[in-house]
Amino acid sequence: MKIINYKHKVVALALVGIVFGFSSCEGDTEQEVTTKFDLVFSDEFDVNGAPNPSNWGFDIGRGPLNDGWGNNELQYYTDRPENVTVQNGFLIITARNESFQGFNYTSARLKTRNLFEKKYGRFEARIKMPQGKGMFPAFWMLGNNFCEAQSIDAQGNVFCDPTKPNYEEGNILWPQAGEIDIMEYLGNKPTEVFGTIHAPGIFGGGSLSKKYTLPNGRFDTDFHVFGVEWTENSINWYVDNVLYSTITKAQVAEAGGEWAFDNSFYMLLNLAVGGNLPGSPDANTSFPQRMLVDYVRVYQ
Amino acid sequence: MKCNFVKKTARTTILLLTFSFILTSCEREIGDDAVLATMPTTANIYTDNPIGLTDQFFESFDPASGANTVGFDVDNTVAYQGRSSIRIDVPAPNDPNGGYIGGIFRDRGLGRNLTGYDALTFWAKASTTAQLGSVGFGADFAQNKHQVTADNLPLSTKWVKYIIPIPDASKLTQERGLFLFSAGTQSTNGLGFTIWIDEIRFEKLGTVKLIQPYILNGANLTVDGFLGSTQVLNQSGATFNLANGQNITVNAAPSYFEFSSSDANLPQENRVVSNFALGNDGQVFTTVVGTTGSAVISAQLSNTLASGSLTINAAGTFVNAPTPTVNPANVISIFSDTYSTIPGFNPGIFAGPNTASITAPINGGNQHINYQSIDFIGMGWTGTVDVSSKTMIHLHAKLVGAASSNLRVELIDFGPDGVDNGFGAGGGTAGGNDISSQLIQDQWVSINIPLNQFNLATGGGGFGNPNRNNLGYIVLVSSNGASVLIDNIYFY
Repeated sequence: MKIINYKHKVVALALVGIVFGFSSCEGDTEQEVTTKFDLVFSDEFDVNGAPNPSNWGFDIGRGPLNDGWGNNELQYYTDRPENVTVQNGFLIITARNESFQGFNYTSARLKTRNLFEKKYGRFEARIKMPQGKGMFPAFWMLGNNFCEAQSIDAQGNVFCDPTKPNYEEGNILWPQAGEIDIMEYLGNKPTEVFGTIHAPGIFGGGSLSKKYTLPNGRFDTDFHVFGVEWTENSINWYVDNVLYSTITKAQVAEAGGEWAFDNSFYMLLNLAVGGNLPGSPDANTSFPQRMLVDYVRVYQ
Repeated sequence: MKCNFVKKTARTTILLLTFSFILTSCEREIGDDAVLATMPTTANIYTDNPIGLTDQFFESFDPASGANTVGFDVDNTVAYQGRSSIRIDVPAPNDPNGGYIGGIFRDRGLGRNLTGYDALTFWAKASTTAQLGSVGFGADFAQNKHQVTADNLPLSTKWVKYIIPIPDASKLTQERGLFLFSAGTQSTNGLGFTIWIDEIRFEKLGTVKLIQPYILNGANLTVDGFLGSTQVLNQSGATFNLANGQNITVNAAPSYFEFSSSDANLPQENRVVSNFALGNDGQVFTTVVGTTGSAVISAQLSNTLASGSLTINAAGTFVNAPTPTVNPANVISIFSDTYSTIPGFNPGIFAGPNTASITAPINGGNQHINYQSIDFIGMGWTGTVDVSSKTMIHLHAKLVGAASSNLRVELIDFGPDGVDNGFGAGGGTAGGNDISSQLIQDQWVSINIPLNQFNLATGGGGFGNPNRNNLGYIVLVSSNGASVLIDNIYFY
């Protein structure tokens, strides 16, 4: 998930200028930013214990290629309550500094793959971030044909490996499957988040990304709402009541990319520690650190 | 006339409504919409001019402490913004006008309401990379009740913005101390340099996050608390994280903290410590009121538990040294509550690098000196004292360390020039006497040494048998870290 500065102008206002919703809102600013209000999925995290298994599965370990999930992240993901639990109305993902399976950090990564997958819509979560350098939380999406059963062949190329137990027929590799990053955050830049898409031609260092800076606050002291509205022609990113980025299908083509966003995607929530983008925790990063999620909601 | 009305009480933060019908006297109550008069909220302190400060503008620290009063100015040729900035010319240590520079800015009125801000900010640069010894706010030459300082901030040769977080702005309803700074040449090896400061103001950034408050430098300390002794809760501060991802740690006056004691809910007769009180110097302290049991003192800042604690084990009534009985007419007293003493006594005018602590607690109105784990310490006073007419020195000593502790007493005479400038050509003489065998654990012993029995050589070149016309120091030396209480030091 390498990120560079966003290359394309945001065409925000034209898209969301005139909106009429069916909610009981009195015309507040939220209606200018979001247009979809028909709730089709929600997890309010209201039941204490493990996350609802009807909604969430887990990614365990270091990634299929044992490379820190492609980013040289430092953590070993588990599904233990020490790393992921629901309590008092929040999903709590906890990054810990502990020796585990030969690695120095543990954390958790949840996904709705094969449980809830959807094409187009509004995908939103209310989140409070952890604090400190090396913290790398994210709320994002992958195409549901993304191959998890990756291996490396004799020539050093990544391929989708039918011999692995989690192989699914028809899966394709990244970035062909497409990725929508609704929110990514770096713990040592507490006023910034960024939204990104990866697809063929526009991935990694060439991805299309835009940063949003909170004018008078931090993302690790209060909850904020992060979401995208995704249609067949565009993706809008918003934080609270501010629409800060729009990417259209035409812009993707202009950038030499493929619009890989016409099939169902699933959602992921995770807290990574260290890696290519955030860098490692430093002497001022204290553990354990927590990412709190109040809810995840999907509308159409 | 009966005044009959519905009294509705509503708090802004709690949705709680209580309705009651009250028969009162006809006294008008403050209505719910009334706004209590508050101090002005002026944020700016210096832009191109001082804003709302005293006429003196820069109020220097006491020149007697070495503070240089002539190095402060306004520079109309340099500014971060606008047309002028504050210019501080940091003096060399031997500058006849003072070897460091520092002082405060105060509000010219009764103070400002700073509750709406979360940081003091300013821009600064310097003529060379250096450290700014101390900077902050809340010093008012009175109680300094809300003082906050950051130490040794790095200065650059280009303008940099500095942020000093306010630990809890709700306390700052009426603050006169708006800015303080102190600068010396410790970071430039004695070379003077120039600092410019501009755009000093309070701001509501919204991006300052409290990470960890602390008291007692974060240490968990345990002390014996004698009945009536006071225990000071100090060395407090907090670490914050700023929007740029950097941490800053500031010293913060104890008034920002809520202190609590583990014995607070016990019946009064079982309490170990009293409620907390604020001294005139802005220090928070508690008094030991019990003779048995323990209390653990902890603290919070803005509802965050501070690291550090003080466990006070009640140690009963402190037994002071016996009252001396020598006729005062025959005594030259160095340290005693019984006799009038020579001026300027300092129990630790110098100490070796391994000496743990030197304190002078008072119990029942009687003060003694507590030397903990010493290698060597020097007691001094103003000038020198002529004890040539005396034949003995007395001191009371109570060994509180290991029974095998050794201790030597040395007398150091400065010689006719009355100045501490060494032995030999400097005219100083010194000698020592070993009192190890006289010490008894946990008991005051009366030690009387004839003045002609200081025969042992001393460190630094004393040959023994010192002169006694210009006595300058009494030194205690231990090779095994003796801890000892001392009282009633006098010549007779």
